Amino acid sequence: MTAAAYFVLLERWIAAWVQDRRGPNRVGIPLTKVRLFGLGQPLADGLKFIFKEEFTPAHVNRGLFVLAPIAILAAALAVFAVIPFGSVIPGETIRGWLGEESDRPIELIAAPGVNVALLYVFALSSIGVYGVILGGWASNNKYSFLGMLRSSAQLIAYEIPLGLGILGVVAATGSLELDVIIEQQAQTGVWFAFAQPLGLIVFVVAAFAEAARLPFDLPEAEQELIGGYHTEYAGMKLLLFLVAEFLHMITAAFLIVILFAGGWHFWGLTDPGFWGVSEVNWPIALARIAVLMTKIFLVILFFMMVRWSWPRFRFDQLMNLAWKVMLPLGMVNLVAVAVFEELRKSFEVSDWLLVPMAWAVCLAGWLAVAYAAPLTSDNRPRRGLQPYRVDTQI
Amino acid sequence: MKSQDPAIRWVDEPKLGLAGKMYLPLFLQGLTVTTKHLVSPKVTVSYPDQEPQIDNPLIYRGVHRLNKDAQGRVKCVACFLCATACPAHCIDIVGVESPWPDREKYPESFTIDELRCIFCGMCEEACPVDAIELTSLYNLTGRSREEMVFDKEKLLSVYEATKDAEPMASVRHGLPTPSSEGTGAPQSAAPPQASPVLQGDVHTHSH
Repeated sequence: MTAAAYFVLLERWIAAWVQDRRGPNRVGIPLTKVRLFGLGQPLADGLKFIFKEEFTPAHVNRGLFVLAPIAILAAALAVFAVIPFGSVIPGETIRGWLGEESDRPIELIAAPGVNVALLYVFALSSIGVYGVILGGWASNNKYSFLGMLRSSAQLIAYEIPLGLGILGVVAATGSLELDVIIEQQAQTGVWFAFAQPLGLIVFVVAAFAEAARLPFDLPEAEQELIGGYHTEYAGMKLLLFLVAEFLHMITAAFLIVILFAGGWHFWGLTDPGFWGVSEVNWPIALARIAVLMTKIFLVILFFMMVRWSWPRFRFDQLMNLAWKVMLPLGMVNLVAVAVFEELRKSFEVSDWLLVPMAWAVCLAGWLAVAYAAPLTSDNRPRRGLQPYRVDTQI
Repeated sequence: MKSQDPAIRWVDEPKLGLAGKMYLPLFLQGLTVTTKHLVSPKVTVSYPDQEPQIDNPLIYRGVHRLNKDAQGRVKCVACFLCATACPAHCIDIVGVESPWPDREKYPESFTIDELRCIFCGMCEEACPVDAIELTSLYNLTGRSREEMVFDKEKLLSVYEATKDAEPMASVRHGLPTPSSEGTGAPQSAAPPQASPVLQGDVHTHSH
């Protein structure tokens, strides 16, 4: 959560810099002139949020109203239980509480060895939708309700391409465990970003939509709406919603890096053989953590730059993109991965040879989508358009 | 909408090419624009640490001043045009009969409520004798409302403080002042910011 607070600061900096402003750079150590480039800002913001009046409107369903932010934040935080923060650190000889001794390498993960980690991540991120639905419903306000419908439609629609994007990775590794997925990429040296570019595109787009980031931030659309499902929320409860949204973004960054960008792997640098040792020692463990964190930071930076780079999709375009572009592309990716796996296993085709083929599939899929152009629907008045024949589809 | 109306000129959207349909040019364009701005120099002025650079102090609309003529008298002739033009009604003038032969009236008191003023500059435009002008002083602060009501002495002192950096419009443009009428040839048009010349001009008229 502290990371989320500082990512808010980073987000504000990026927002400011992109707009040729300086961003928050004043808040430092209180009662001194030390400014620390504004690093005190998240602390000040948090304190402000805590001391704000937590107003609950009289017309809400109080139980659900309180439950919604808790649900969404708990789900967003619980995801991190199975996400590795590095690979392993060398084990010390530890005496367990039953007297047994162990010197196994320690995995940098809150719940190691969960072999359905990806399923767990998915289950919990789907619970995030419940937070949205509960929040909108409990507010007992038709605008919150409409915002809730809009958001949940978007979140549910993009779960499918998200799953399809992951399925390719799962098919290629045969495991739902995040450690194993990273391990395989580290062994072959071919990140899935290279081997499955189409899967990466589908997954990244879906992850943006799931995290409700621009250009898919219709749930909030802060420039246009007063808020979506969380219109009636204030103070700490609102903060929980916003933090949960940021955590979704961080989770998405972790997943993108782990599934498609090799996790902690970087050619040579994180390889024990490269340094002439047989096991992972401290410097390599730290290097792996550094590599993973750098990648995640870069992905988050990309998230924040994207926010200012492209305009928001219209809602019909959003839905068209999910159902008419991302879903078929995800299917194509899955089929391609299945074929490639068969080629690799039965015909011993090398990984590096499959990469250009995968890119060819990606290009072909993209071209097909571009020619079909399901997104270029236009609801503006045109010549020859009869009013009674106007497409009322949303 | 009546699509048959001949008055409507229909403009078709340009057709998207293949690259446009693939979203790639948009993608690259957006990212290059934001990345360029991410590293470009920032325009924000860190105010208390750094004073803002006022491009042209002569047209900036800050605190008012009451100009003095060559003899050091207030130039105002108490015609009330500024008070009439003022949309915020922040100018209060008490005009009395002038002791000088060149004008009928002069302001016994001249107060501007700087808190009511919206700094629109209409008083400056309305003034027929260039007596009231807006300076480039922007950091106007005070500890009470009363302190922010500027009287004639205060406004004249603003003139003393700013006359060198920002000469009067009439001086800048070399216009004859009412008191100098008939005293000699029209002055040569001085360049807008050449203050040494303007100093000389002012002194030639002092008796």
